[in-house]
Amino acid sequence: MEPVRTIDGKAYPFGRKNVDTDVIIPAQWLKTISREGLGVGCFEALRQDPDNLFDDPAYKGAPILIAGDNFGCGSSREHAAWALLDMGIKAVIAPSYSDIFSGNAFKNGILAVVLPQEAVDRLLEVAKTDPIHIDLESQTVTTPFQDRFTFEIDPFRKHCLLNGLDEVGLTLARDAAIASYEDQARESLPFLAKGIAHAA
Amino acid sequence: MAHTARTLYEKIWDAHVVERRDDGTCLIYIDRHLVHEVTSPQAFEALRAAGRPVRRPDLTLAVPDHNLPTTPRRDAAGNRLPIADPESAQQLAMLERNAPAFGIRYIDATAPEQGIVHVVGPEQGFSLPGATIVCGDSHTACHGGLGALAFGIGTSEVEHVLATQTLLLSPSKTMEVRVEGDLPLGVSPKDLILHIIGRIGTAGGTGHVIEYRGRVFEEMSIEGRLTVCNMSIEAGARAGLIAPDAKTFAYLADRPYAPKGADWDAAVAWWTSLATDPGARFDKSVVIQAAEVQPSVTWGTSPEDVVPIGGVVPAPESFADPSKQDAARKSLEYMGLAPGQRLDAVEIQNVFIGSCTNSRIEDLRAAAAVLKGRTKAANVKWAIVVPGSGLVKAQAEAEGLDKVFIDAGLEWREPGCSACLGMNPDKVPAGERCASTSNRNFVGRQGPGARTHLVSPAMAAAAAVTGKLTDVRELV
Repeated sequence: MEPVRTIDGKAYPFGRKNVDTDVIIPAQWLKTISREGLGVGCFEALRQDPDNLFDDPAYKGAPILIAGDNFGCGSSREHAAWALLDMGIKAVIAPSYSDIFSGNAFKNGILAVVLPQEAVDRLLEVAKTDPIHIDLESQTVTTPFQDRFTFEIDPFRKHCLLNGLDEVGLTLARDAAIASYEDQARESLPFLAKGIAHAA
Repeated sequence: MAHTARTLYEKIWDAHVVERRDDGTCLIYIDRHLVHEVTSPQAFEALRAAGRPVRRPDLTLAVPDHNLPTTPRRDAAGNRLPIADPESAQQLAMLERNAPAFGIRYIDATAPEQGIVHVVGPEQGFSLPGATIVCGDSHTACHGGLGALAFGIGTSEVEHVLATQTLLLSPSKTMEVRVEGDLPLGVSPKDLILHIIGRIGTAGGTGHVIEYRGRVFEEMSIEGRLTVCNMSIEAGARAGLIAPDAKTFAYLADRPYAPKGADWDAAVAWWTSLATDPGARFDKSVVIQAAEVQPSVTWGTSPEDVVPIGGVVPAPESFADPSKQDAARKSLEYMGLAPGQRLDAVEIQNVFIGSCTNSRIEDLRAAAAVLKGRTKAANVKWAIVVPGSGLVKAQAEAEGLDKVFIDAGLEWREPGCSACLGMNPDKVPAGERCASTSNRNFVGRQGPGARTHLVSPAMAAAAAVTGKLTDVRELV
């Protein structure tokens, strides 16, 4: 995965709350067997409106999306993260995310920045005319107008994003601990540990 | 800290910690992994590219469900019929190839056990109390009805579990939804969970695992518990739980993958110890009075947009939050409804009885009880019943329920996810309404422009009979 350090540029001033992953990428796009090419289906229903934000030339190619509370709720489809990524979005800023979307974004190197509603409101205003700058190392979002908002991020996620680490590879390196758990589970929880290989 | 009173969630979590990090995140062992065709191709592809095997194929079960047409799968001569949509066919073929290539047990589209992952898991005894269960599908919360810690994951996590049989997770906060008293006659588990979501909102459980507590759940069937836990995700909670009890054990005993002999006895002893200890604390607690729950229906495009069937469409201005007002205006425009309109006067053109929320035998019995001796209204153009699995279908046919549906003018289909999300050919036409027993009334969920009203199986059957949203209690 590509390391993430700073994200700089235009931001879609979207701001809508409770945007579900069916809105981000509808079901007919889920038949793909690849992670690529979903950008054209991203926010498809909203883009039926000729005046929609996502096809507005003013924001074309913006790497940042500013959203409302509970962004990415509903279906667990990682296609939502892939679609955003394919549309060029590298960071989302919102007051909160669904638990599953937040994980999916992270696994795909999309920085999901959590800021209070007041800060998001201010950034929605700025984004209409000016770029936004996100620095992961210092955990700050800044604007050309001296705005400076700091955000919290899980230290492990930050470490992985900054270094572009592959989480599967990291966990595989813990093989001894996993094997030791399995040995112990065979004793203490045999009915779970045995699996289905024995069943007809 | 054995002396500390713990919740059901905390006990399951503690039993699955492989490693605990300083920041509190834990590497959690996953006992059961269900795989379907939509969210797995990219995970298998990544494993292949990295030359990584599946660590525990024996803890993994694959079954196709989302893309499958619900029309017959074999012709009269017994030959398999091709899938018309080339993309669906390709995705299904990928799972059929990937599962055996990685040593994973695969239930074929034409096997009698095939069905929706969340129906198949419990039915096969693959899903067990106290187990950690994942699937690349948010309705995995369903299996919490057996007392399992079950939650949906994305495709990268599917890959992670396939490769390592673990997930790196932060502990969730705990939330108690306590229901006091008894449900009124004619009120189903679906009505209850819709009512709960209406109360706490779609973000009410975010960051939390919900435990449903109270006599209502103790007395509820396993099918009902699965329905309730299924929709925990619609309240924002990644998982929902109901303590396993004698009913759970009776449901699971002798299922194909359930433990046998001495293992079964050990399992029951452990499962019995999992119930939340007296005095255990929850981070959040919500109390619901069962007597207040009525047959419920959604009016908008969020599962929290719930009113009793006797209620009216709310005015957007009635919501305190300005963004909710805005969302309500957009919802009403999409749904073609006006404030003050009575829900029980809203005509519907389609009925869908199915989905991982409501396609089990008890759901079909409830719908059939309403439809017996009746026929669907003339304005209902399309009404389908999609059993959750081949075994549910066979059971329903043994009870003659298929005859009841067919005689009433409904179509009796093959198992799958179907019109819940319309990845297969089962879609609701634009601008038309559907009384649906599924779980999401999102914009375009059942097809572009489709208008979904979420209801219970009995309510969907009642709507089929009268051609409009109807209080089923008027028909029984």
